[in-house]
Amino acid sequence: MSTPTIEKEPASKVELPAGVGGGEIPSFDITLKVRRYNPEVSDEAHWDEWQLTMYGTDRVLDALHKVKWEHDGSVSFRRSCAHGVCGSDAMRINGRNRLACKTLLKDLDTSKPILVEPIKGLPVEKDLIVDMEPFFQSYREIMPFLITKGHEPTRERLQSAEDRERYDDTTKCILCAACTSSCPVFWTDGQYFGPAAIVNAHRFIFDSRDDAGDMRLEILNDKEGVWRCRTTFNCSEACPRGIQVTKAISEVKQAILTRRI
Amino acid sequence: MAVPTVESPRSGRVSPGYSRSRSSRGNFEMGAWLFMRLSGVVLVVMIFVHLWTSMVAGDGISQVDFGFVAGKWASPVWQIWDLVMLWLAMLHGTNGVRTIINDYAEKNSTRMWLKGVLYTATVVIILLGTLVIFTFDPCPVIDGVAHVASYCPTA
Ligand code: HEM
Ligand code: SF4
Ligand code: FES
Repeated sequence: MSTPTIEKEPASKVELPAGVGGGEIPSFDITLKVRRYNPEVSDEAHWDEWQLTMYGTDRVLDALHKVKWEHDGSVSFRRSCAHGVCGSDAMRINGRNRLACKTLLKDLDTSKPILVEPIKGLPVEKDLIVDMEPFFQSYREIMPFLITKGHEPTRERLQSAEDRERYDDTTKCILCAACTSSCPVFWTDGQYFGPAAIVNAHRFIFDSRDDAGDMRLEILNDKEGVWRCRTTFNCSEACPRGIQVTKAISEVKQAILTRRI
Repeated sequence: MAVPTVESPRSGRVSPGYSRSRSSRGNFEMGAWLFMRLSGVVLVVMIFVHLWTSMVAGDGISQVDFGFVAGKWASPVWQIWDLVMLWLAMLHGTNGVRTIINDYAEKNSTRMWLKGVLYTATVVIILLGTLVIFTFDPCPVIDGVAHVASYCPTA
């Protein structure tokens, strides 16, 4: 008979005795108000609220998880990576577009209810889930892929560090739609291409290896293109990746102008 | 055996309100955008010179009366100045309000009506203003009575 081998628990599962491991995380109570909408029940949206005890390391996403896992499983929202990479969980938190997974509760005013709504300007499907298809439609229209002329090189397409730097900022986009759905021009009728499409066009227009910059500039020289931008900076404020969205839009405007004149 | 391809449930389905029907390329919006910046720069200079000459220089605000305006428009420099200012401010203001209508009206029919009113007002004001600058007569003869102000030549 063999003696059962005692597997060592991974470090993350070992309960630390009190007083070890950097002290206790402060906890506090919050009120979370979520704008609910379920077209199968009612055409009207309403607010639901919960009192939760949360910790200093918790984010709005953790509060939503707590609600979904412990209070009301019908609360619907998108999230995937939970670490600000996939762009699934953009939502309006206290009136500002944020990723729920990057917004720490302790950075919000916890003395008041924390309001969570779906991003504006896109059709709400359920609770915090919106139909992203119009957003991706505009994204597809600007051809977000490398287009080249001539023969395919046998080696890698090389680029100088300076040329790479030119569009570095706009490579960071995770397509969360926080910018486009923070834009009042987009809210009006959803016709505007929106900041995200322009950011991703910028990414290729200013890429020295790409040969379809003119085509993209032509696409964005539309009635609903860059000229609808009113430089309100909502998009730059909303971007969880810190992209200078308004600046990128201005650069595309300037590129269209200099090409025409 | 051929594997049936299951179409992505979303592919190609965009809520009807969002699809851009016809793409209108053209350069009108670019021109309008550029015009706002260029006319803006010119307007800053023109408006402040205008304000200064009529309200600060000389006797200041108390000097502005019918005679003062008449005196200015006796000079072709001020005629042209005011004409350019009128046209630029009207076109700039009209295009600005056009933008606001585009940004706030949600239906194309509302947009059309508001713009109709806007353009009508613009045309009327620009034409009237231009007419006044060039046909302005400080000493008109009305029903045979001339001499409306002290500076008018006695007949
Ligand atoms: C004093 C010099 C002026 C400057 C430098 C100036 C500059 C500008 C600029 C650059 C814009 C475009 C803003 C944008 O595209 O986001 C604008 C918009 C506008 N301007 Fe002017 N402007 C001046 C005078 C005027 C005057 C005299 C009027 C009225 C007749 C006027 C009415 C407007 C309106 C209604 C808008 C649209 C507002 C908006 O787009 O948010 N401006 N101005
Ligand atoms: S530019 Fe920023 S806010 Fe806009 S979609 Fe990309 S990551 Fe999101
Ligand atoms: S869940 Fe992936 S970005 Fe927030």
